[in-house]
Amino acid sequence: MHVFSDPKNFDAFLSSFLWILKLTGASAVGALVLGVLLAAMRVSPVPVLRGFGAAWVNIFRNTPLTLVIFFCYFGLFVTLGLSLSQDLFLNIYWLGVIGLSTYTAAFVCEAVRSGINTVPTGQAEAARAIGLTFAQTLRIVVLPQAARSVIAPFGSILIALCKNATIVGTIGLMESSSVMKDLINFNGDAVIPIFLVFAGTFAAILIPTGYFFGWLANRLAVKR
Amino acid sequence: MDDVATGEPLIVLDSVNKWFGPLHVLDDVSLSVGRGEVVVVIGPSGSGKSTLCRTINRLEPINSGTITFDGQKLPAEGKALAKLRSEVGMVFQSFNLFAHKTILENVTLGPVKVRKEKPAAARERGLALLDRVGIANQADKFPAQLSGGQQQRAAIARALAMQPKAMLFDEPTSALDPEMVGEVLDVMTSLARDGMTMVVVTHEMGFARHAANRVIFMADGKLVEDAAPAEFFANPRSERAKDFLSKILTH
Repeated sequence: MHVFSDPKNFDAFLSSFLWILKLTGASAVGALVLGVLLAAMRVSPVPVLRGFGAAWVNIFRNTPLTLVIFFCYFGLFVTLGLSLSQDLFLNIYWLGVIGLSTYTAAFVCEAVRSGINTVPTGQAEAARAIGLTFAQTLRIVVLPQAARSVIAPFGSILIALCKNATIVGTIGLMESSSVMKDLINFNGDAVIPIFLVFAGTFAAILIPTGYFFGWLANRLAVKR
Repeated sequence: MDDVATGEPLIVLDSVNKWFGPLHVLDDVSLSVGRGEVVVVIGPSGSGKSTLCRTINRLEPINSGTITFDGQKLPAEGKALAKLRSEVGMVFQSFNLFAHKTILENVTLGPVKVRKEKPAAARERGLALLDRVGIANQADKFPAQLSGGQQQRAAIARALAMQPKAMLFDEPTSALDPEMVGEVLDVMTSLARDGMTMVVVTHEMGFARHAANRVIFMADGKLVEDAAPAEFFANPRSERAKDFLSKILTH
């Protein structure tokens, strides 16, 4: 464990996971908002919106995340000049958040849509029959009931998002996998301990996350 | 109940056609329903009677023809359609109460969210309506905790809370256990007596006999007969209607 007793390495280790948590948190919020909007589009009566939602899902769900992140850096930043912060790392961080959010939103959208399908269509008809608009029907009647059946899949998506966040390392953010690679490069005698510490930290964050969502899903399950 | 209000009819269907793929589910249907009139629609399953009922508040769009409600052509969609729907109460076969809301919340949702009534006032009126349909003591329960008959009465109260100009009933008793049919029909009969304009799709011939002003018989998407109940049940003119009645009335 001599590697992590060096304060410089330990700080790098801590800050790398801090980046992961920040990427996960910001992207989760972005993906949730975007994903719900996309799901609303996909079930809307307007063909253009339905097409837009379907196109988004099919494009981003079927593109490797690495490509999406590369595009954010080389496309949005280098070519189109979209700079989100003066600070080098913060800029990469926000580009990463954009990439992770757009990509993950496709999965959130499909989870929400399958949740919407668990709500009996008759209830949406009854809502329209008393004069609620499409948006009101979705917001007041359908989504609150869909949310309950979507919690468990959301847990899996969040866990995947947290692990996917390491891909932002490929465009230069010193997140966990990049720091791990550096530590291994400089400490060839401790490859396995280094690996186990990083993997163990992910497990320590994600296993409770999984149990939490499982517990929440049971608690809020719809009683029919 | 022959003293039906005259004047301009409330609901007018003119040459309405609808297809589900190759199936001609409404075949040139024309019908007008006067204010305060109770029209019962009967016919074999698959005859298009539920679809007919659902076109009146445009839960089913039509392919051709026109439908007019209270002098206004049905809007295609958007706010105007939502407004029209708020004026037409609908009761479904499967109740369709909002499962995550209490009975009282089911009843007050429309008045508060669509009519922008004050919650306290809507609540008071909602409780009065629940009392009228005989389930005031169930107000704070969730739909799943009620019997089918109670749920359907709650659904009627929910529709009435919008103070609709007409009520549509799409086989309101078909999903009920036999012993609960009566309590729902009682509520409907009292509504009819109070002068509500009603279109009722049903298999309850007793209700058709004693509460309807007119009976519509449908078969294969066509409106085959349109007559007063006594006349229809005593002397059906078409072979289809004779055949249908012979099948249901012999038991």
